[in-house]
Amino acid sequence: MPKDHGIGASPKRREDVRFLTGTGNYTDDINVYGQAYVYFLRSDMAHGNIKNIDTSAAEAMSGVVKIFTGADFEGVGGIPCGWEITDKNGDAMQEPAHPVLAIGKVRHVGDPIAAVVADSLEEARNAAEAIDVDIEELPAVVDMKAALEDGATKVHDDLTSNLCYDWQFGTETADVDAAFAGAAHVTTLELTNNRLVANPMEPRVAVGDYNRAGDHSTLHTTSQNPHVIRLLMGAFVLGIPEHKLTVVAPDVGGGFGTKIFHYAEEAFVTFAAKACNRAVKWTSSRSEAFMSDAHGRDHVSKIELALDADNNFVGLRTDTYANMGAYLSTFASSVPTWLHGTLMAGNYKTPAVQVNVKAVFTTTVPVDAYRGAGRPEATYQLERLIDKAARELSVDPMALRRQNFITSFPYATPVAVEYDTGDYNATMDKMEELMDFPGFAARRAASEAKGMLRGRGVNCFIEACGIAPSNLVGQLGARAGLYDAATVRVNATGSISVMVGAHSHGQGHETVFPQVVAEMLGIDEGMIDIVHGDTSKIPFGMGTYGSRSLAVCGSAMVRATEKIINKAKKIAAHLLEASEGDIELKDGQFSVAGTDKSVAWGDVTLAAYVPHNYPLEDIEPGLEETAFYDPANFTYPAGAYACEVEVDPETGKVTIEKFVSADDFGNVVNPMIVEGQVHGGIAQGIGQALLENCAYDENGQLLSASYMDYAMPRADDLPHMANYVVDHSCQTPCTHNPLGVKGCGEAGAIGSPPTVVNAVLDALNSGNHDVEHIDMPVSPSRVWEAMNG
Amino acid sequence: MYSFDVERPTSVADAATALGKEDAQALGGGQTLIPTLKQRLASPSVLVSLSGIDEIKGVSSDGGKITIGGGTNHATVAAEAGAYAALADLANNIGDPAVRNRGTIGGSLANNDPSACYPAAALASGATITTNNRDIAADDYFQGMFTTALEEGEIVTSVSFPVPEAASYQKFEQPASRFSLVGVFVAKYADSVRVAVTGASEEGVFRWSEAEAALSGNFSADALEGLSVSGDGMISDLHGSGDYRAHLVKVMTKRAVAAAS
Amino acid sequence: MTEVTMVVNGKSVTKSVKGNTLMTEFLREELRLTGTHVGCDTSQCGACVVHVNGEAVKSCTMFAAEANGAEVNTIESMENPDGSLGVIQQAFQDHHGLQCGFCTPGMVMSAAALLKDNPKPSEAEIRDYLEGNICRCTGYHNIVKSIMAASGQDVSNIAAE
Repeated sequence: MPKDHGIGASPKRREDVRFLTGTGNYTDDINVYGQAYVYFLRSDMAHGNIKNIDTSAAEAMSGVVKIFTGADFEGVGGIPCGWEITDKNGDAMQEPAHPVLAIGKVRHVGDPIAAVVADSLEEARNAAEAIDVDIEELPAVVDMKAALEDGATKVHDDLTSNLCYDWQFGTETADVDAAFAGAAHVTTLELTNNRLVANPMEPRVAVGDYNRAGDHSTLHTTSQNPHVIRLLMGAFVLGIPEHKLTVVAPDVGGGFGTKIFHYAEEAFVTFAAKACNRAVKWTSSRSEAFMSDAHGRDHVSKIELALDADNNFVGLRTDTYANMGAYLSTFASSVPTWLHGTLMAGNYKTPAVQVNVKAVFTTTVPVDAYRGAGRPEATYQLERLIDKAARELSVDPMALRRQNFITSFPYATPVAVEYDTGDYNATMDKMEELMDFPGFAARRAASEAKGMLRGRGVNCFIEACGIAPSNLVGQLGARAGLYDAATVRVNATGSISVMVGAHSHGQGHETVFPQVVAEMLGIDEGMIDIVHGDTSKIPFGMGTYGSRSLAVCGSAMVRATEKIINKAKKIAAHLLEASEGDIELKDGQFSVAGTDKSVAWGDVTLAAYVPHNYPLEDIEPGLEETAFYDPANFTYPAGAYACEVEVDPETGKVTIEKFVSADDFGNVVNPMIVEGQVHGGIAQGIGQALLENCAYDENGQLLSASYMDYAMPRADDLPHMANYVVDHSCQTPCTHNPLGVKGCGEAGAIGSPPTVVNAVLDALNSGNHDVEHIDMPVSPSRVWEAMNG
Repeated sequence: MYSFDVERPTSVADAATALGKEDAQALGGGQTLIPTLKQRLASPSVLVSLSGIDEIKGVSSDGGKITIGGGTNHATVAAEAGAYAALADLANNIGDPAVRNRGTIGGSLANNDPSACYPAAALASGATITTNNRDIAADDYFQGMFTTALEEGEIVTSVSFPVPEAASYQKFEQPASRFSLVGVFVAKYADSVRVAVTGASEEGVFRWSEAEAALSGNFSADALEGLSVSGDGMISDLHGSGDYRAHLVKVMTKRAVAAAS
Repeated sequence: MTEVTMVVNGKSVTKSVKGNTLMTEFLREELRLTGTHVGCDTSQCGACVVHVNGEAVKSCTMFAAEANGAEVNTIESMENPDGSLGVIQQAFQDHHGLQCGFCTPGMVMSAAALLKDNPKPSEAEIRDYLEGNICRCTGYHNIVKSIMAASGQDVSNIAAE
C-alpha cells in the first residue's frame, strides 16, 4: 500500500492550483508603477570592430528616456566567470572581459551594442532602429579546430589565442599509453555532441527597480538561484553591497540550466533603474532568447577504448574540443572539465582513463550548462564507443558492459571521484526485464514486413549530482562554495515556514520539502509552507541545478529540523517536568518514555513564543533554526536505459517504438515527481538525439534562430504510454546525506541520447545495411545521407 | 511591430477600397503575416482584415467542382470539403488546430510560401483562383516563391477545385516548423493526372511533368520506378540537401499514388 | 486607436486599442489576465491559446481589433463557479500534467477545445492535437494522461508509471 503522506508518498502538488488557474506570478507578470522598457540593439554580425555609434537621432525620438552604450559601462565590472580552470601546464585559463554592453567589438550575433530605455517597448525599438552603428566586419570564428590554428582570427585581441585552456586529467600519459600498447583491440570513435538551446518555455525577463530613499536596488528575474545573482551582480559587476540589493526570482517557467547564469540584461536593468531613477523592464522574445540565452553542449570528441584479449576495458583516452562561445558564461569553464572529465570512467572499472579538453573561443553565443552539463557529453562518448567496440568484436553489447561493471563500493575512479554506492547489474536486470528482449526478433521481423528497419539500443550511465562538496570544488577552481541553507521557522501555533536556498521552477519543492519536515515532526504537511526565491527572505543558498535541491538543500532542511526537534524536546521536557533524554517525538506528540505523559506539538511551539512557563535561564525563547549543509561527496545516480526504434529507409525518419529507463536514485521522497522529472529529461534527451540542432553557418549566422528551424520535441515525437516505462525501484541509498537521496533531475537527459543513437545504428546495421557512424541529431535527412552516402 | 491601423470591412467592395490606401495590406488569418510583422519585416500603414467579410467564407460543391471562399479557415475546409477528401485531409494537416482556426485558404494562396500546402492542391487540381477582379488559372497564378499573379490590392475571393477521380496529398514535414519539407499532391482526372510539389523547389510549387506523363498511362506507384528528380534547383538547408528533397519528391509521389482514393 | 467591445470570461469590456495590439497584450496588459502566456514569436508554442467564439486560437497571432464583438475565454475562466478546479484542471493536478506551469494555460485551453469536439480521444489523437502546444518540462507523458483522464477514460492501467 503506497503511503499517502510523508516521505515516499505522492501528494498532489500544491503549486499546481495557481498555475492551473492562471494566477501564477511569473516575472513578466510583474509591473512596477511608472516602469520604462528596454530594447537591446543586438549585433546582426558575428564579429566586428565597432567604429562608431551615433545615438543622436534616436535620443530625440518619442518616448526615449535614455540610451546606453558600452561607453556607459567603462569602469563598471564585467560579467564574471565563476570557475577558474588550470590548464595542463599549470597556467590559469585565459579569461576575457565580458562587458555588459559591447565595448570596442561585437563577438557574436546577438551581442548587445546599445540599450534604449523608453516609455514603451515600441518606442524603444523605434529608437533603436535609428541608432547609427558603424561596424567594420571581421572574419567569423566558427570552427573550433580552425580557431586554434596559427594565424587564426582572434575573438579577443588581448588574449594570446582562441584557446581558453588545454586541460588534461586522470591517469598519467605514460600509463595510458602503456595500456593501449598492450591492448588486444582498440576501438576509436570521433563524434559531435550537438549544440543545443535550453528553451525553457518562459523566456528570460528582468525588471530592475530602485528606491532612492533607501538607496536600495531590487531585481526581479527569471533565475534558478537568486542569491548567486545577487552575489555576482552586486560584488563583481555593479559594486552594490548585499544589504542594498534584493534579487527576487518568483515563479519561473523552467530553467534547465540556462537560468543559472548571471546575464548582462540583469545587470543592465538594475544599473539603468538607478541611472534613470525609474524601474526598467526587459522581456526577451523567443527570437532574442536564441541569441542571448547561453547554449549547451557543443563538443567535438575523439575517444579511444583499449580492451584486452578477454574484452576487459584496460584503457580509455579522450580528446575533446569544447566550444565556449564568445565569452565565458558563469559556469562555462567547469562543464567540459569537472562535470565531464570526472565522469569519463562511467560505470566501468577501466584502470587507466585520461581526459583531454581544449576549450575554444568562437564568435558564437556563450555555451554553458544545460540539463546534465558535461555528464551527457561524457556518457554519450563512452556509451557510443562501447557499442562500437561490441560491434567490432561481435559480442553482445549488454554482456560487454556487464563484464566491465564496477561491482564493489566505494570505488575510486582514475578520474578523481569516489562512487559511494550503486548496483549497475540491478538496473540492467530491471531494464532487460521491462524491455522484453526475447520478443525483439519478432518485433524486428514485423517491422521488416512493412518495409521498416528496427533496432534496439542500450546504455548505462552514471552522473555526479548533489553539486557539490565545497572543499573539493574549491580545489578544482570553483570561486564559490556549493553548500545550501534552510531556515525552519516554527510559528507560535505550530505552523512552519521553511525558507530555502533552493529554487523551484517546476520541480515541486513546495510540495516535496514539506513531506520531509512533516515526516520528521509527525505533523500534517498542510502546516508547512516553503518560501523560496527572494534574497530578502531566505538564507544564503546556492539555488537549484545539478540535481542538488533535495540532496543538498533538503539535507540543510533536515539538519535545521533536527535542531528544532532538539530544542523542542528541551521545552517539552520542561513542560513535562521530565529529563530531556526521556522525551520522544512521535506523530506530533512529545511524550516521556515509558509513561503516558505527553504534550502536543502546538503546546510546545506556543510555549516557545509565550514563555510564561519556560526554562529561560537555559534556552532562548522562539523556535527558529538555520542550517547550512555542505555535502561530503557528490551523489552518484546511475541507470540502464534501452529503446527500440523504427527507421523508415525511404525517408530516414526515426520513430521511438519503445523506451525503458531503470534508474537508481537512492531513496525517493515523491515518486510522482521523480517520474515526471525523468519523463522531462528523456524528452530532452530524445530531442537532442533526433531533433534539436543549434547551427551556425560559416559566417557565424545562427541558422536555427526560432522554432521554425530549431526542432523542439512535440507530443507526437515521443513514445506512447503503453510502450514507455520509467522505473526507479532499484535503490541504493546515498551513504553520506541524511535522506539517502541522489537526485533525479538530469538522469533522463544524460541516459537517453546514446540509447536512441545506439538503437538507430543497430537498425542501420540490420539486414544488408552497414552504417558505421551518425551524428546527432539523427534527423531524417542525416539518416538518409548515412544510408546513401 | 511598427504602428498601423486595422480596418475590418464587411464587404469585398469596402475591403478593395480600403486596400487602395497607400501601404495598405490585406490581413487574412494572420498566421504568417503577424509573425512577419513582429519581426518588423513589413511596415503597412493599415491592415485590412478580411475576417469580417462573410461573403468570402464557406464551402460549396456543385457539378464536380468544389468552391471555397477565400476567407474560409482551414478547420472549416477540413470539416466541410468532404466532397474532395484529399483536400479536406490536406486542410486538416496544416499547422496545428489553433492555426487552422485562423489561417485561411486565400491568405495561404496569396502568400505562396514555398512550403505551404494549399499551393500544391491548387496546382495539382488545376484550380481557378477568383479575385475581386478576375479568374486566374492555377497554372498562371504561381510565379515563384512568395510571388503570384495577384495585383496590388487584389483579394482572393474564392478558389474553385475540379474534383478528381482520385487524389492524395502526402507531406513529409520539416521537423521544426512542421511545414512541408516536401509535399506532393497527386490528382487523377478522367483525361489527365496532375502532380504538384511544394516545399522542395527554390522556384516554389511546381508540376512534376514526367510523373504526370508516366501516371497518365499507368496510375500506379510502379509507373514512377524509372523516374528520377534532380537535386538542382531544390532548396538545400539545415533540414535537408537538394538531393534529399529530390529523393523525397519521388517517395512522396509514390505514396500519394498508392494512397489516392 | 480603435474601440473594441468583447465579452471576456463572461464580462463585457470596451477599450480603445492600437491597431498593432495583439490579443495577448490586450489580455495581459489591458485586462491584467496574466494567465495567458507568451513563449514564442512564431505562433508555435501555444502558451497563449485562448478560445475566441468557442474555438482555440493563438492569441499572440491575432489582433485585439479583430476580436471586436467576440466572446473570449481564457484560463481564468476554467475553474468551477465555486472556485474549485474544473474537470480538465483537476485532471492535470491529479496526474502531474504540469511542472513549471508556463505552458499549462495553453495546454488546458487546447485540451478543452479537443474534448469539445472529440469527447473520448485516443492517445494518438491527443498527441496529434497538441502539435501546436510545446512543453519543455513534462515530456508530454502526463499531459496526455491528464487529458485522457479528463475525458473519463481509465488511465490507471497504462503500463508506464
